[in-house]
Amino acid sequence: MTARLLLGLAAAGVLLFLLAPILAILPLSLSAGEILRLPPEGWSLRWYAALLSSERWLLAARNSLVVAGATTLLAGVLGTLAALGLHFGRLPGRGAILALLAAPVVTPSIVTAAALFLAYSAAGLAGTLFGLVLAHTVISVPFVVLAVLASLRGFDPALLRAAESLGAPPAAAFRRVVLPLIAPGVAAGAVFAFATSFDEFILTLFLAGPGQFTLPRQIYAAVRDVWDPTVCAAAVLLFLASMLLLLASEALRRRGGGIG
Amino acid sequence: MSAPVVHFRGVTKSYDGRSLAVAPLDLAVAEGEFLTLLGPSGSGKTTTLMMLAGFEAPSSGEILLEGRVVNRVPPHRRGLGVVFQNYALFPHMSVAENLSFPLEMRRIPRAERAERIARALATVRMEGFADRRPAQLSGGQQQRVALARALIFSPRLVLMDEPLGALDRQLREELQQEIKALHARLGVTILYVTHDQGEALALSDRIAVFRAGRIEQLGTPRELYDRPASAFVAGFLGENNLIPVEVLGAEGAFRRCRLPDGGTILVPGCRPPGPALLVLRPERILPGAEGPNRLSATVLGATFLGDQTRLSVALGPATLAVKLPHGAAGHGLARGERIALCFPPEAAALLPPEGGG
Repeated sequence: MTARLLLGLAAAGVLLFLLAPILAILPLSLSAGEILRLPPEGWSLRWYAALLSSERWLLAARNSLVVAGATTLLAGVLGTLAALGLHFGRLPGRGAILALLAAPVVTPSIVTAAALFLAYSAAGLAGTLFGLVLAHTVISVPFVVLAVLASLRGFDPALLRAAESLGAPPAAAFRRVVLPLIAPGVAAGAVFAFATSFDEFILTLFLAGPGQFTLPRQIYAAVRDVWDPTVCAAAVLLFLASMLLLLASEALRRRGGGIG
Repeated sequence: MSAPVVHFRGVTKSYDGRSLAVAPLDLAVAEGEFLTLLGPSGSGKTTTLMMLAGFEAPSSGEILLEGRVVNRVPPHRRGLGVVFQNYALFPHMSVAENLSFPLEMRRIPRAERAERIARALATVRMEGFADRRPAQLSGGQQQRVALARALIFSPRLVLMDEPLGALDRQLREELQQEIKALHARLGVTILYVTHDQGEALALSDRIAVFRAGRIEQLGTPRELYDRPASAFVAGFLGENNLIPVEVLGAEGAFRRCRLPDGGTILVPGCRPPGPALLVLRPERILPGAEGPNRLSATVLGATFLGDQTRLSVALGPATLAVKLPHGAAGHGLARGERIALCFPPEAAALLPPEGGG
């Protein structure tokens, strides 16, 4: 009994240690004063108002959404196609291809960032949003591939044969039969890709142009320059957005599990 | 008989480039015929069907559909109905949408689609299920919908790959009758794959018995049952006694043979003197001592099966199965008792000895 109690206490302690800094941001963002302290001097939404009327923050949010949106589209299409090829194709070296596709996940971001920085400088992509989208796509594609492959595992290949035997050319068979059934996997992969791009920092720091601030980069800059509760407000919003994405992908994963 | 609907000409299939899953296959299916490919798993029957559907490419040879070589025609342009073992209904579509799919692929207008769907559902007695999802149907109902979907675009040829394999026995027999009735009514050509010999006998106009990638024998159910060409066919279709005998010589149209217990019998056939295999159906052996072929056997066991009693008897070193119809003499025998049995000469046949040519 004592052992269980001790274990519970230790677990609670670890959780508190992990969560406390994040939870502390919430009251700080609602502070009425300008000085960061706990408990705050009073409560207000003034920092949220400041955030939403700041040109810099809005531009950063817009950049983040544009880059994450384009990354989601690109990684979603490429990742889904790659997963289809890996699943249905009779490929030699399937495992090796999969490992290669997943390499960016295990490669330290800083290595990818440095390598892309050199390559982009040579190719003239450095400092462009398009280059940033490509970089984010590289690190997002593995999530899409793995999510779609997982949903394809529950797909009955006889359905594809049935569709073909009923007169559907390959494209129609994919659109009418395969895609609707693996849609939860594709959507989960897309959510992952969006989330990956949305809070990506290191690649952005290396590859974005001087004026191209995304939300993570703007937070970093704000923390270093001014460090007022606006940052806390931005952090809270970003945290909530991530939570929403996580819940969305979890819901999709559960739905996808029902296939087959 | 008109030109064959399907013609396999020297078709082979090899997956590894060395061993043949299908050995050179020559087979013609006539218009309106119900032909069954029967064999144990791995005998090449499903591979043959999949090559015809276009899901597998032959390694060599030609497949002709209505006189046209289709080796390079993709499945969606072959216009065949295919019924799969596990139904393969689209789970995200309703029954009506499943049936509509092949019609949409053929750009048939909406009004005509609705009419044909209603008719197809009536054909398989599934009216009122149009809006159900496949998951809301029983196995038998799902297979009915799959049948309707394979027939709704009026293909001239329908392929069925163990379509009743996943159903329980009673439902299987019920659907067998429906498939048979559909075949008779629609006049469609059906190529059917099964490993269930009872199903093959009940449904087919002709049966091709597959073994190790080859057709062992091709014929009507009655031919295969009564005149098997090999010990494999004799043993695969129904229950059979295969008894090693010694052909002694000719007596008119018959051969006199020595049984394992030393007794002799007369059997029609033309085997040369020497070892041979006697084929004798258990239900053709009768109690009593009539005619030239009399057996004096010892009862090893008896099983009451309702409409018949199945005896296992010893004839010298050999064991025979005997099926006595309900009410016939010879019931109530105990183990070790002697029993007099006989069979008419035409009930038996001679085959080459096992392992011989």
